Amino acid sequence: MRDSRGATHDPRPTTVLRRLERVIRQVAGMPDYRAYLAHARRCHPDRPSLGEREYFAEYLRARYADGPNRCC
Amino acid sequence: MTSLLWLLAALAGAGGWAVLALARGESVSAGWLIAAAVGTYCIAYRFYGRFLASRVTGLDDRRATPAERLANGRDFVPTGRWVLFGHHFAAIAGAGPLVGPVLAAQFGYLPGTLWIVFGVVIAGAVQDYVILFASMRRDGRSLGRMARDEIGPVTGILAMVAILAIMVILLAVLALVVTRSLAESPWGVFTIACTIPIAILMGFWMERWRPGRTLEASAIGVLLLIAALIGGRWVAASPALAPLFTWPAETIAWGIVGYGFLASVLPVWMLLCPRDYLSTFMKIGTITLLAAGLIVVHPPLQMPAFTRFIDGSGPVFAGKLFPFVFITIACGAISGFHALIASGTTPKMLRREGDARLIGYGGMLMESFVAVMAMAAAAALDPGTYFAMNVPLAALGGSVESAATVIQGWGFHFSPADFHALTASVGEQTLLSRTGGAATLAVGIAQVFSTAFGGGLMGLWYHFAIMFEALFILTTVDAGTRVGRFMLQELLGHVWAPLGRTSWYPSSVIASAVIVAGWGYFLIQGVIDPNGGINSLWPLFGISNQLLATVALCVGTTVIVKAGKARYAWVTLLPLTWLLTVTCTASWQKVLSPDPRLGFLALAERTLAMVNAGEMAPGLGRQVAFNARLDALLTTLFVSVTLLVVAVSVREWILVIRGRKPARSLETPFEETAYAG
Repeated sequence: MRDSRGATHDPRPTTVLRRLERVIRQVAGMPDYRAYLAHARRCHPDRPSLGEREYFAEYLRARYADGPNRCC
Repeated sequence: MTSLLWLLAALAGAGGWAVLALARGESVSAGWLIAAAVGTYCIAYRFYGRFLASRVTGLDDRRATPAERLANGRDFVPTGRWVLFGHHFAAIAGAGPLVGPVLAAQFGYLPGTLWIVFGVVIAGAVQDYVILFASMRRDGRSLGRMARDEIGPVTGILAMVAILAIMVILLAVLALVVTRSLAESPWGVFTIACTIPIAILMGFWMERWRPGRTLEASAIGVLLLIAALIGGRWVAASPALAPLFTWPAETIAWGIVGYGFLASVLPVWMLLCPRDYLSTFMKIGTITLLAAGLIVVHPPLQMPAFTRFIDGSGPVFAGKLFPFVFITIACGAISGFHALIASGTTPKMLRREGDARLIGYGGMLMESFVAVMAMAAAAALDPGTYFAMNVPLAALGGSVESAATVIQGWGFHFSPADFHALTASVGEQTLLSRTGGAATLAVGIAQVFSTAFGGGLMGLWYHFAIMFEALFILTTVDAGTRVGRFMLQELLGHVWAPLGRTSWYPSSVIASAVIVAGWGYFLIQGVIDPNGGINSLWPLFGISNQLLATVALCVGTTVIVKAGKARYAWVTLLPLTWLLTVTCTASWQKVLSPDPRLGFLALAERTLAMVNAGEMAPGLGRQVAFNARLDALLTTLFVSVTLLVVAVSVREWILVIRGRKPARSLETPFEETAYAG
């Protein structure tokens, strides 16, 4: 499930389930490692991409340290 | 075909307003309120929103957005417009649009509704949109940074201090709302207490045991949450367990303070992030259900269109219709805090420039709709019940029977037997004087849901609503404390560099403690306040939020003027002028009014006089007087900072318009998009 090569190279996921997953992740502000990998491989093939744990940590840092993301 | 739809929307809006305007004496269905609001939003979006997008700001779909240019798969991610709409809405909608309208219902349903619907069209949605636009054209920069870049360094620092101070008041008042709804309620306390271990479990699940499986963890979390909700009923009914979870307001307040500190120093993944996911799902789910429920049930509005309290004698909070309806309802009509979101995560995710109108303007219309629903749910309650739940205990005389005399004296029908029956049906020991709006809204929601879906499960729906409100308010408290901590560390870093390092543990602990102590102080004082706390803290929050909006509109106007479009600057100057008028009038009255119910300084004097006459305990009296003076000082400070920002901005606009200063825009230069079509 995790190493689905087809999906990682496709910026728009093809299966309905994966699309739904992505919508939920994006609405709730959840990290999406597969989308990140797809991006990293497409745009920076020369650089090594982050591991899943590192990516998660980086994502949380960017989301919760850069100003409020929840309002009154 | 499409023009037919627009015509239909216009007719729905016109019909709704006509019914609301003409119906006098008989009760109106909530359906008309909703029709009037939705019709108005459609027309505003179609015409005014488009005018802002194409004429004033000139959105250009050929121009690459920051999400495209700076894509990193993390925060800069091009996102589909409807998905981003959901994301942005989940970020801006909180307790504000739910609580404010409930409190403002003391004037009747019409004044609040008019301000919510027309305020959003000319003020709130304009602010959100213009700031989103400005940030999108500046690589997603924050409001504070744009204030510094566009207006000047002093404004930048002033804006940052203002944001920090407002956050402290905001967190205090929100925590107070939760405290009032959970006091002496074992069911509510048990359910909310359970969210902490549930969140920690989710955190370990998605960080340690099954990394990245956030959806899996969230599904488990939601199921456990529902189990906790049902378990709460059992706890409340158990003679052994109920006393363990029956806490007085002060204990709950201290609990929230301790929890806020913990959430700020623990790693994000452990507590803050999983609770954020839970609250997002609950929020979107409940608001969708509420909209469906209200449309299905469309209950009659039992509150009159106007009450006698527009003269300023209102028991929920003091002050006349003008300016206080505009202060009490901040979020829902215009909320300065949104400018921080619109210059935070959202601009980094816009896939196309053209989407900014739907996200910025449309997203705020949606929040306004939530406020209209809250107003409808509150106005659908019997007015006697509404006042019994929202008036401070001191004014009601302490028991349901004494409250009946007071409320009947105001000319509203109130039956103690019915109120006792309602209290029992929602599984509470008392509903009297649950100030702060959350419990009132929960009763309103429970009535709608149990009519629409639940076949009479009032207790379960009531506690579902309480859990939903408390969960996302506490998430705002966590997230706000953490953000406040980072901002304070940044400011302190200018004084002594090591304090500015957010990863240095002692610095994090000190900064967190300072922020928590700040809001914790106002929270605890609000809890022990004999007048219930909400009636002094909520106006302070409203004023500060509107003043932040004023600062945001100054930035917005500067951006428009510097883009060489001064002839369109009225779109932001109009709400700016209105907000300045409202907030300055309200602040003047809150500080200087000779009426001790309204004016902070008069309250301090009267309290001290009561202490001297032996009518009040000296300790409590001095504390109340001190707090009233502190509130007066804070109000003065907020207004001064804002007036300073306005003055500096006006000077800048005049210099640019007169040609003394080049209209130099700090927009990122044009780069063509790679997206097709």
